[in-house]
Amino acid sequence: MAKITFNTDLCKGCGLCVSACPKGILALDTNQINKKGYSPAVMTDQEKCIACAFCATMCPDCIITVEK
Amino acid sequence: MAVVFEKPKALTDVPLHYCPGCPHGIIHRLVAEAIDELGIEGQTIGVAPVGCAVMAYDYFACDMIEAPHGRAPAVATGIKRCRPENVVFTYQGDGDLASIGMAETVHSAARNENITVIFVNNAIYGMTGGQMAPTSLPGQVTQTSPYGRDVKHCGWPIRVSEMLSTLEGPEFIARVAVNNVKNVKNAKKAIKKAFENQIQGKGFSLVEVVSACPTNWGMTPQKALEWVESDMLPYYPIGVYKDRSAAKEEK
Repeated sequence: MAKITFNTDLCKGCGLCVSACPKGILALDTNQINKKGYSPAVMTDQEKCIACAFCATMCPDCIITVEK
Repeated sequence: MAVVFEKPKALTDVPLHYCPGCPHGIIHRLVAEAIDELGIEGQTIGVAPVGCAVMAYDYFACDMIEAPHGRAPAVATGIKRCRPENVVFTYQGDGDLASIGMAETVHSAARNENITVIFVNNAIYGMTGGQMAPTSLPGQVTQTSPYGRDVKHCGWPIRVSEMLSTLEGPEFIARVAVNNVKNVKNAKKAIKKAFENQIQGKGFSLVEVVSACPTNWGMTPQKALEWVESDMLPYYPIGVYKDRSAAKEEK
């Protein structure tokens, strides 16, 4: 099973991972505000993740770790 | 569980100061991945520019030096000639490399200095607040061209890769983009090749990375990457413009 972890404190909420995800399972969580004051990206359905690492490839802040 | 993707070791843990969605972070990571994969972190010296990436010396774990505006290739030339055993790269923006630093760039390419140049082209001066750059597109609205860049008055944008590829000197000139996953992966290959060329002593390698500036373009990060595809890439087509070794092999 694929596992994605975000270093949420450093997320700037740009959403590039959200638009890169082929499964559409990432989202910006508007109920949360991180240390930097942004709504961070979160995984909404871990089961559907295929560990393609497209999100991590497009993340400008290098906050995503992908394991499989 | 096996790790598929993690932060490269050649990047420090210092949080990047760039605006949300700025592709500088992606390009930093590609350079760091190339350094990691070639196992050259201990012998690499980077030269940071003036511009948004001025703080790059905090982000790369290798030795770094800060050059005056546009003079990174001149500083890198000095380092490489004194310490040929080190791998020397510069990381420059378009306001740095293509305007005030054009002379240093052209002459270090003409001399075929054995250095690697990473040139980030986002068609605008980012750090100073979004003024027109030598690479701003015709009609592009910036702080200093509020009615759009008028080519009769301001001239035409400079295609650095095409221009440098007409010189005899340089070994490898390529233009890549970071607007989608496929282009990022191709950009990685070109950047790694630019470092390999230097290790093999082949000479001057420049990779122009077509990037975006969501903040100063006044767009969302997603819209900015779409604009790269629709407006920038037609004027700045991606591809390898010069690869002397590959050309020799074909003969």
